[in-house]
Amino acid sequence: MIEPDPTLALIWAGIIAFAIAAYVFMDGFDLGIGILFPLFKVGKERDQAMNAVAPVWDGNETWLVMGGGGLLAAFPLAYSIILPALYPPIIAMLLGLVFRGVAFEFRWRDPRHRPVWDFAFFSGSAVTALAQGITLGALLQGIHVEGRAYAGGWWDWLTPFSMLTGVSLLIGYALLGACFLLWKTEGLVHEDARKLAKMLAPLLVLAIAAVSLATPFLSGQYYKRWFAWPSVLATAQVPLLVAIVAALLLWTLAKGRERAPFFLTVALFLLSMAGLAVSIFPDVIPGRVSIYQAAAPGVSQAFMLVGAMFLIPIILGYTGWAYWVFRGKVGEGGYH
Amino acid sequence: MHDQAALLLARTQFAFTLSFHFIFPSFTIGLASYLMVLEGLWLKTKQAVYLDLFRYWTKIFAINFAMGVVSGIVMSYQFGTNWSVFSDRAGPIVGPLMAYEVLTAFFLEAGFLGVMIFGMKKVGPGLHYVATCAVALGTCISAFWIISANSWMQTPQGWTLNSAHQFVPAGSWWPVIFTPSFPYRLIHTLIASYLTTALVVGAVGAWHLIRGHATPQVKKMFSMAMWMAALVAPVQILVGDQHGLNTLEHQPAKVLAMEGDYRPSPDGAPLILFGLPDSRSAEVKAKIEIPHAGSLILRHDPHAPLQGLTDFPRDEWPPVPIVFWSFRIMVGLASLMLLLGLSSLAARARRGLYEWGWLHRFALVMGPAGFVATTAGWITTEVGRQPYTIFHVLRTADSVSPIAAPGVGWSLAAFAIVYLAAFSAGIWYILRLMAKPPATGEPDHPDQPTHAAGITPAPAIEGGRA
Repeated sequence: MIEPDPTLALIWAGIIAFAIAAYVFMDGFDLGIGILFPLFKVGKERDQAMNAVAPVWDGNETWLVMGGGGLLAAFPLAYSIILPALYPPIIAMLLGLVFRGVAFEFRWRDPRHRPVWDFAFFSGSAVTALAQGITLGALLQGIHVEGRAYAGGWWDWLTPFSMLTGVSLLIGYALLGACFLLWKTEGLVHEDARKLAKMLAPLLVLAIAAVSLATPFLSGQYYKRWFAWPSVLATAQVPLLVAIVAALLLWTLAKGRERAPFFLTVALFLLSMAGLAVSIFPDVIPGRVSIYQAAAPGVSQAFMLVGAMFLIPIILGYTGWAYWVFRGKVGEGGYH
Repeated sequence: MHDQAALLLARTQFAFTLSFHFIFPSFTIGLASYLMVLEGLWLKTKQAVYLDLFRYWTKIFAINFAMGVVSGIVMSYQFGTNWSVFSDRAGPIVGPLMAYEVLTAFFLEAGFLGVMIFGMKKVGPGLHYVATCAVALGTCISAFWIISANSWMQTPQGWTLNSAHQFVPAGSWWPVIFTPSFPYRLIHTLIASYLTTALVVGAVGAWHLIRGHATPQVKKMFSMAMWMAALVAPVQILVGDQHGLNTLEHQPAKVLAMEGDYRPSPDGAPLILFGLPDSRSAEVKAKIEIPHAGSLILRHDPHAPLQGLTDFPRDEWPPVPIVFWSFRIMVGLASLMLLLGLSSLAARARRGLYEWGWLHRFALVMGPAGFVATTAGWITTEVGRQPYTIFHVLRTADSVSPIAAPGVGWSLAAFAIVYLAAFSAGIWYILRLMAKPPATGEPDHPDQPTHAAGITPAPAIEGGRA
């Protein structure tokens, strides 16, 4: 048990993937509201947009700690290679999160400097989204590893591809935020959110297409995984489903539906993650380190699995309850 | 092979971000429990004064909590960005302890915080109290796990190495979680949080008493805080003494650095009150000492022999002056806290608790003392563990990420600027809230999504266009 165990490694890869998915769509919509914040009118509209997520953002962000802490605990080798390799974007993300997190409280405390904290909320959210997208792109394009450590340079992460993934995630979060507001608000914010969602949805579809087309040409491995016969019959389902969901998204937006666009956008995110899995599984650092190599010893993963099995359902339970308490639409003065 | 400048910068960055971070949770832990007590007393007695105080301190809690969260996320990633070798090698042990902190504490706190701050009207007082208790419980569970991880780094046991040279549990997790220093460190830290909070609450009460606002709310908070200081400060000093004896057993060099005992004392060590430690000549210059008192405290026998740092290899000494001074700052402030608690008892006995001006000024000055003492205590124990990250097993110089000095310098500068900007603003907002006394019928949190449209409960909502 003091060496890695392949079954446990696979289970933990699933749990970490779940935590990342939960993070991306939950913090995604409140980061998205931050990204769109300057487009809402100063005053009631901005108050209303922020009030829609004020009671839940903290819980949403905890999934990021779960992702980071879980990676350290379950795949320490991956954690200790990826974070130094992506040092600048990771630090930028952390600083962005500081600004947008404190803005939730500070903007109500200081009406005189509210424009400053509104800008901190916007820029913190945007930097966080960009940095997370860049991190993903830099990981996909490959990291230079020697022995058990990162051996690349300071600027390796900065390429046209990582910029593309950065901007794509920014658009994706913005769309999630717009769709969340479409669902959870009424009045002027609701109308603005609809216009924004209609504009952002085609942009996100374009961004997903661009990243999907660029990825197979990054290295031979990705091309083979997607286009080798006969597995292409299975992998082709992912872009096919993306096309169907994207069409549904555009259609529901055009029809004026309020709730469906949010969940369809979440579905687009989940399909993108499925595509990511096709590209890299079972590697955690593509082409270099597999989940089986990076896994913590069985004794560590088993110990955590006992707790995770009981605690994650409980967490989902009370998180769901907190969302249920703040169900319904947010008016100008807050949740009804 | 390691770049000494990069190592020093990485250590500085960790010390800076951690010291700044811990200010907030140490207040969060104490304040969450205080809020639980206030709301419980309100539900039990139905006296409005407790609800007013609950609402008053909840606003301060919300700001403090947000700063704790954002500075805490930095910590959870900094192990990887700057201490990657440590993360790779110790991840299998400290990682699961921190993962349990996330699963049992962080989600609990964050999940119920929204209801605690915004949900009173939505869920009613009973369920709301459950949320408040869940947040308070979460803060204590969080302390349990993170101090377990820290204590394993201080007094590691129950580990073996695997083929990848990682530290892994040799068998059971019990000896890993419950290391010899863990109970002492946990109790000492939790009490420190309660004491820190009591001093802050006491100082706010004192400020309003000095300003002539002797309202029932102000009197209540001052009285509660002074009870806490009077009861807990002596307990903390006793616990600290026991913690010191435990450290002497497991990390003697740390205690010798705290005491300034460079040379062995075969006939009993003195207690050095003040002096200037000089590690080059291995002596404390210009010292004021009480003969034999050191052995009396540490061995409970004035003539018991004590080792000196010179009994240890030179490259295993912690940086003595830092440890020596931070320890004295902590102990000095603890003595003042004890004096404040005793003074309040005297004032209470003579019915002067709300009248004695000097007591109020003393309590006001002691407001930040808990933060300073807690930080000094952590500096003592963390710097005292040097030159190791995992005591006697993994050196700090062998734990650091392969990131060159300019990169770490750049990020350290960014952290310094962002933290100073964001957190000084937050502390300023907290002070501004404290500057106003709690009102009768204290309004709820102004960022108030539970109110029906059109009712704006606080002036803070207005003036968005200023």
